[in-house]
This record gives sequence, structure tokens and C-alpha cells, in this order.
Amino acid sequence: MANRDLTAHVKRIGSQDKIATGILTAIVAVVMALVVAIIAYIIVRGGGRALTPGFLTNTPTDDILPGIVYQLWDSFYLLLVTLVISVPISLGAAIFLVEYAPDNWITSAASTAIETLSSLPSIVVGMFGSLFFVVTLGWGISILAGACALTMFNIPILVRTIQQALEDVPRSQRDAALAMGLTRWETTLNVLLPAAMPAIVTGIVISAGRVFGEAAALIFTAGSAPARLNFANPFNFASPTCPFNIFRPACSLAVYIWRLTSEPTEGSTEIVWGTACVLIVCVLLFNLLARVLGKFLARRLTAE
Amino acid sequence: MAKLMPKRRLENIGLGITGACVALVAIVVIALIFMVAQQGLTTFFVDGIDPIEFLTGQHWIPEQDTYGALPMIVGSFAVTLLSTLFALPIAIGSAMFVVEVAPGFGKRVFQPFIELLVGIPSVVYGVLGLYIINSLMRSIFGEAAGTGAGILSGAIVLAVMILPTITTLSIDALRAVPNQYREGSYALGCTRWQTIWHVVLKSALPSLMTAVILGMTRAFGETLAVQMVIGGVERSMPSGLLDPASTLTAALTAGLSNATSGSVYYHALWSLGLILLAMSLVFILIIHLIGKKGAKDNG
Repeated sequence: MANRDLTAHVKRIGSQDKIATGILTAIVAVVMALVVAIIAYIIVRGGGRALTPGFLTNTPTDDILPGIVYQLWDSFYLLLVTLVISVPISLGAAIFLVEYAPDNWITSAASTAIETLSSLPSIVVGMFGSLFFVVTLGWGISILAGACALTMFNIPILVRTIQQALEDVPRSQRDAALAMGLTRWETTLNVLLPAAMPAIVTGIVISAGRVFGEAAALIFTAGSAPARLNFANPFNFASPTCPFNIFRPACSLAVYIWRLTSEPTEGSTEIVWGTACVLIVCVLLFNLLARVLGKFLARRLTAE
Repeated sequence: MAKLMPKRRLENIGLGITGACVALVAIVVIALIFMVAQQGLTTFFVDGIDPIEFLTGQHWIPEQDTYGALPMIVGSFAVTLLSTLFALPIAIGSAMFVVEVAPGFGKRVFQPFIELLVGIPSVVYGVLGLYIINSLMRSIFGEAAGTGAGILSGAIVLAVMILPTITTLSIDALRAVPNQYREGSYALGCTRWQTIWHVVLKSALPSLMTAVILGMTRAFGETLAVQMVIGGVERSMPSGLLDPASTLTAALTAGLSNATSGSVYYHALWSLGLILLAMSLVFILIIHLIGKKGAKDNG
């Protein structure tokens, strides 16, 4: 009797196990199908417009085929300015937290501050930027204000990846350098940073992909009005049409999509999909670049 | 001694530079909290709006100077909880598969895949929601869905957005469970599912809760994707899941460009920002409490 029960029990838990495995497999299949479907849909839906000759090089006011050349330029330029500001600060902060941080309340307050920054809604960062950078510091609606807002959004991501990269450097390398009589600063510059470089570069490129698509923090800091740029005369830095002027308003690809969907005009749906496709392809390229660059640097640095 | 001095100076320079970076970040965060609090509290202390009425008022009509934030607060919590409800089983299920059933496949194929979802910008999710989910809602629910914009559409879009966050963190949580636990369970004759359900899931519970809270933080603060699909109606309380509604973030995005700085409306919007800020601080606090409790339970 007891024996029979046991066999039934074994059978039951066995089939439970099989059913559970089946369900888990199905869930994973659905998730992967979802990812493929999302990306494929955007590329198929917007690819036609994105590949139309002129879409990437025409101005948004073009009568025949409105393009996105200004938005494309502004997106990359905003990204560049953001990285120029955020990489040194994040690098410094991460080095401090990993190498120097004394174990006291100041350090824990600093890491709490960074954690707070990472969980802030981007619109709150945008609001703060619209008051602090735009009004208090008097920069106006500008690329610089937008880049600073993006920096606040980017710093927590960067600090965490750089911290991780530095912590992953083997303890023995650090000890060896210190035992040779190098200071901690020299150890960091000459031993730790080169060793952690592949991971740091990968982290920077991945964060660049996130910054590239961010819009909420930009609407009230860099503006949402499409700029008019004059590429023929790029060195008149004070002019509002100068592509390199960091005190002019700018509209990135992501902000442009938002603006077109909230104020639709004739034919704007096609432009939205085309722009979304360009945005997705850029982000995917950043992802790919991060992987390739990380592998390349790792091989380069370990081969020597 | 003379030769040692430059070394010490070098060390101080390093400490100074890196310390300044950390100090800068901390100062900016403090400035942000201070500024949002100052602007947000002006509504109550200078413009004379009763904070209790602000939090419980059911109508947000700036033209009539009626500022009740409850519709947005309810909207924010509704989309956050619903999207977590949708995403959680899928996220934990995928994490179980990746860690317990097919670890090699998980690391090489599934994780890079799900990371692609993280990279998709929030506006693109908004576009997908606006053109696909909303028309899907219309064809499923017909007239009842109106334009298709509403809390349910917002929650579905958010569920996809927070899926990678919860999945990745759950994978880490399950991976961190010591292998001896599994081996012990298998040695007692348990099946894989019994091991996952009774042993792995239980011991990973605190980290899984952290994963869920982080997902909720992201959902709560998500701005443009929600704003594009939820319909943006903050005048009165939503009465159902298909009703167009608004969230704190959506109301901010829509309102901030129309408000003149210094007006009561402008300050009221900052008060909404203050609620958002307070909520994200609460989420952080919860994560810390879970972490502390987990550390205590494990000795």
C-alpha cells in the first residue's frame, strides 16, 4: 500500500517537473520572440523611409522629403558633449569610491547620493535642469544645459560600471604595485586603469547608447524646437545656426519623435517610424561597438 | 625624506581630484533635492494651497485653480503595480530557466538578447504603444476602449520596459544561491522543480524582492513612453483600466511647457515633482531595509 503511494508520488512530482520545465521554456521562447518582433517591426516599418535617399541628409523643413539631418547632428553632438563632461567626473568618483574611500559616513553619504541619482525619474532631472542650468546659471535652453542634465542621468550608470571594472582587477596586481613603493595614485594610473580599460570602454559605449535615446531630461533643457543649422559656416561660434555652438537650443532624434507624436502633422507618422528606425539602428550599433571594442582592447592589452 | 615628499604630494593630488568629483556629484544631488523641495513646498507655504487637499483632491483643473493630485497619484500607482504584475511571472520564469535549466544558453544567448530591450529608447516604446497597443486595445475592447489610450495600455508598455530590469536582477539573485543548497536538495531525491520552488526561490527571496522594487522604481519614474500612451487626462479620477488617465510624470511633461514660471500652476507642478522625488527616496529606503534584513537573516 505504502509502496503504491510512493510510486504515485514519484510519478506526480516527475510530471510536475516536466510541466514546469515546459512552461519555463515557453516563457523564454515568448520573451525572445517578443524581442525579435519588437526590433524587426521597427526596422521593417521605418526602414523604407530611413533608407530613402535624402531622409538622413535633408532638413526637416524640406518640401518634398523632410529629413532629419539637424536632429541627427544634434543627437551626436549632445552625446559628445555629455561624454566629455560625464566621463572624467565618473572616472574620478569611481576611483575615489574604490581606492580612497575611507570607511565613514562621508563615503556612505556619497554612494547614497549616487544611488539616489540613479533612481530619480528623468523628468525630475529635466525639471531641475530647466531651473538650475537654464535659469539660475543663465545658460538658457541650450546644448550645454541639456548635456549637463544628461550627465546627471549618465553618472550613476558610468560610476557603477567603472567601479565594477576597477574592483575586478586582481588583488595581486594592486598589492604588487603598492609593494613596489608606488603611491595609490600611481598604482591607479599605471596599473589599475590600463587593466580595467576594456571594461571601462565597454561601459562608456553602452551608456552612450542609453544617453542617445534619452528624451525626457532634454525637452526642458535643450529644447524641442528643431534648430536651423548652417553647415557651410561652422566656425562662427556665437551664431545660433553654428553646429558647434553649445549655447544654442537643440532637438535630438528622441525628442523629435516625441514632438511629432504629441503634435502630429500631415505625414508625420512616416517620419516618426523612420526616425525610430534610425534611433534603434544607432543604439544597436552602439551595443555592437561596445562588444567589439571591449574584445579588441582586451586582446590588445593582454597580448602585451 | 626630501625624496619622499613629492610622493606624498602626488597622493594628495590624486585624493583631491577624485574627492572633488565625488563631492561635485553629492552637491548636485543635494542641490536637486533642495531645489525641488523649495519650489514644491512654495505651493503650500506661499500660494496657500492645503497640502492635504492637494494630495486628496480628485480634480486637477489649473484654469479654475483646482489642484488635486490624486488622479495622477492613482494613475502612477496603477500603472506601476499592473506592469509589475504582468512582468513579474515572465521575468522570474525566464530567470529560473536561464539559471537552473540551461545556464550555457542563458549566458551566451538569452542575456545579450534581453539586454537589447534595455537599449531601446523610451520614446520608441511610446511609439510602439501609441500605434500598436492602442489600436490593439481598440480592436479587442471596441467602443469601451475609446482611443485605446488608458491605464491598461500604459501598463502593458511599461511591463515590457521593466521586464529586462527585473529579469537581469533575478538572474543575478538566483545565481547567487550557493550550489550546496541545490546539491543538498537533489541528494534528498527532489526533482529540479521542487529544488527551484522550495530551495532556490526561498533563499533568493530578499534579492528577488530588491529586483522587483527596482523594476517598480523604473516604472514609477518612466516618463515619455507612458505619457504617449496613457491619454493624458488629469482633470478627474480614472474610473476603469480602459479610461484615459495620467501619471505624475506624464502630467509634468505635458504641463511644464505651458506653465509660466512663478505661477501657482508652475509651483503645483513642482509639487508633483516633489512627490516623485519622495517616492524614489522611499523605494531606495525599502531596498536598503530589505538588504539589511537579508544580511541579518543570513547572520
